[in-house]
Amino acid sequence: MLEDRHDFKAWLYLLPALILLIVFTFYPIINTFMIVFMVDYDFLYGDYTGWTLTGNIQAVLGHRQFWPAIRNTVLIAFVSVPLSVIISLFIAVWLNSIKKLQGAFQTIFFLPYVTNAIAVGLAFAVIFNRDYGLFNYMLSLFGIDPINWVAPGSPWRFSMIALLVFITWNGLAFKIMVFLSGLQSIDKQYYDAARIDSASRSRIFRKITVPLLSPMIAFITITSFIGAFKEYTAIVGMFGEQMGYRGQLITIVGLVYEALGEPYVAGSVSLAASAAIVLFFMTLLLTIFNMWVSKKRVHY
Amino acid sequence: METIEIKLKNLTKVFQAKNKEETVAVKDFDITIPAGKLVGLLGPSGCGKSTTLYMISGLLKPTQGRIFFGDTDVTDVAPEKRGIGLVFQNYALYPHMTVKQNIMFPLENIKMEKEKALERAYFYARLVGIDHLMNRKPVQLSGGQQQRVAIARALVKEPRVLLLDEPLSNLDARLRLQTREEIKRIQKETGITTIFVTHDQEEAMSISDEIVLMREGIMQQKGAPQQVYDEPGNLFVAKFLGSPPINLFEGEIKDERVMVGDAQLGRVEGKKDQDVIIGVRPEGFKIVERSSLKVKVDYVETIGRDTTLIIEKPVDPTITEHSPYIDEDHQQENDHVEDDMAVDEDMQRLQEEGSIEETAPEKKGTFRAIVDADHRIQPGDEIKLAVKPHKMFLFDKETGELV
Repeated sequence: MLEDRHDFKAWLYLLPALILLIVFTFYPIINTFMIVFMVDYDFLYGDYTGWTLTGNIQAVLGHRQFWPAIRNTVLIAFVSVPLSVIISLFIAVWLNSIKKLQGAFQTIFFLPYVTNAIAVGLAFAVIFNRDYGLFNYMLSLFGIDPINWVAPGSPWRFSMIALLVFITWNGLAFKIMVFLSGLQSIDKQYYDAARIDSASRSRIFRKITVPLLSPMIAFITITSFIGAFKEYTAIVGMFGEQMGYRGQLITIVGLVYEALGEPYVAGSVSLAASAAIVLFFMTLLLTIFNMWVSKKRVHY
Repeated sequence: METIEIKLKNLTKVFQAKNKEETVAVKDFDITIPAGKLVGLLGPSGCGKSTTLYMISGLLKPTQGRIFFGDTDVTDVAPEKRGIGLVFQNYALYPHMTVKQNIMFPLENIKMEKEKALERAYFYARLVGIDHLMNRKPVQLSGGQQQRVAIARALVKEPRVLLLDEPLSNLDARLRLQTREEIKRIQKETGITTIFVTHDQEEAMSISDEIVLMREGIMQQKGAPQQVYDEPGNLFVAKFLGSPPINLFEGEIKDERVMVGDAQLGRVEGKKDQDVIIGVRPEGFKIVERSSLKVKVDYVETIGRDTTLIIEKPVDPTITEHSPYIDEDHQQENDHVEDDMAVDEDMQRLQEEGSIEETAPEKKGTFRAIVDADHRIQPGDEIKLAVKPHKMFLFDKETGELV
C-alpha cells in the first residue's frame, strides 16, 4: 500500500516534465521516423500519398548537397572538437596556476559563452574581411597577400579555415569553465606528492592532471561532438543564410533547414526527416564509440 | 642507504592571512634530529608540528631560520632535490594508478631503467608486505594497505629522510597498533632518519626513539619517551603525556611539605613556601596503613591486571576549575577536543541564559589512582594513600613551569 502511494506521488511529480517531453521530444522523434517512410508528406494537412522503405533515404543520399554537407559536418566536428578541447585544457591549467587576476581572466574567458553566436559570428566576419579585417592585416605583416575568407567568391578551403577558427574559439569558454572547476576539485596533495617525487611539469600534466580530469574531458568531448554535428548557427552567423558562397559550407542541419524552407515542394519534408535521421545515426555511432573509448580511458 | 642528521636552526613560520593578520605557526624551533632515529613530533592540533614537517620537506618555506641535512643547508633547496620521502596524512595515492604504478612513479620520474625500477618497487612492496596487491587500485585497498603503499612509494627512491604526517590517523584502533609496529620495523630495517607527526601521545611514545613536544609553535621538551614522561619540564608536558592523564591538585609548599588542604603528599627540600599545582601520575599512589591523605573511593574500574580507583579530590576542586592554565587544552582526548569545547561553550551559554537548569549532580573533582589488583576495594571505601615521590611533580601556579 505504502509503496503504491509513493509510486503515485513520484509519477505526479514527474508529470509536468513528462508532458513537455512527450509533446516536444518523444512525439516529434517518433513522427520523424515515420515521415522517413512516407511519400510526399505534407505537414500542413498531415497527408501523404503512400509508404516507401528507402525512397526518401535514397533521395537524401542522392541530393546534390548531401555529400558536401557530410564532409563539412565531419570536418567541423573532427577538427574543432579536439582542437578546442586541447586549447581549453591548457588555458584552464594556466588559469588555475596563476594567482593574480584569476577572477578577472575567468570572466574574460567566459564572456563569449554569454554572447550570442550570431553576433560573435558577425564580429568574426569583420575580422576575416578581405579588405579591412584584422586577420589579413596580420598576414600582411608577414608579406602575405589579402585572402578572401568570407565574402562571395571565397574558395571553400579558406572559408572553412575561417569557420573552424571561429567555431573552435566559440567553444572554448564553456570548456574552460568546466575544466577549471574540475581542476579546482583535484586534491592539492597529489601535486605536492608528485613534486616531492620529482615529477616534471609535463609528467605531472600527463600523469596526474589529465587522468584526474578525464571524466570531465570525456564529458566535454562527447557533448562537443554532438554539438559539432549539429553545427548551424555559427555558419549562419558568419556567412549568412546561404551557408557560404554557393552554400559550400552547408552542414546536415543546414540541409534539414534548407529542405524545410521549401515545404510546398513535394517530398521536401520527408527529405528533411531523412537527413535528420542520418544525422541521428551518425551521432549515435560516434557517441557509442566515444563511450567505449572513455570506458577504457577514463578514471572515475 | 646513507643516514643523515637533521638540524633545524631557529626555524620560524609565520602565515599571513588575506587581511594581513599574522599567525605564528612555528617559533624559533631549534633541534637536532639524530641520524637513523625515529623521532615523533607531538602536540595538540595547531601546535605547528605539521608545519614543521612540511618545512623540512620543502613544501613550505620557512619565514626565518635554516634547515640542515647533515652539513648541507637545504633551506632554499627545492623539495624534489632534498632526497626526502613524504607520507601524507591521507596518503595522496594517485587514484588512477595501480599500486605498482604508484610505487614506480617516483622512479619513472628520475628515468630509472625499467627493470631496475621494477625490482626496486617489488623490494619495497615486499618490505611493507603489499607485493601481492601490486595490480590493485588504491580504492580496492583497506586503509592500512593504502598506508603501506604510501610508505613504499616514499621509500622506493631511497630517500635520506622519511617524513610521515599523522600516518595512523586514518586507521582504526586495531590497525593502528599493527601499523605502528610496522613503521618501527621498517624504520629499523632501513635505518632511515624518520620524523613523524602525531597528536596521539601513546602512538608517539610507543615507537619513537625520541619525542619532541610542541605547543603553540614552541618546542616544550625533547627526549626519550620514558625520560620525558618521568621528567616533564612543565605542566603542559606532564598533562599531555600519559593515559590516563596525570592528576592535578591545587596545593602549596609549606615548610618543605607538599600539602593539598590538610593532607600531606610528600616533602621537598630547598623550596620556598608557595602555591603550586601538584601533578601525580595515576600509578604514583599506593595504599598504606597510615597517611594524612584519607579519601573516599567513588568508582572502581577493574581490568584484571590492575585496578583504577576514581576518588574524590581531598579539597574543593572549584579553585582548580578556574585556574586559567589548567583549563587550557585538555588534550588527552585529542580527537574530540574541538567538539567537546564547542559543547562546553554551548552549555555555558545556555546556563548563563538560564534556559536549562543545572540538573547534573554537583560536579565533584575526582582523580584516578591505579593500584595493584590485589587490593579488594569497594566503591565507598575509605582508604589512605601515599604518593611515590618520583611520580609527583610540582608546577608554578602561574607559569606552569617546574618548581
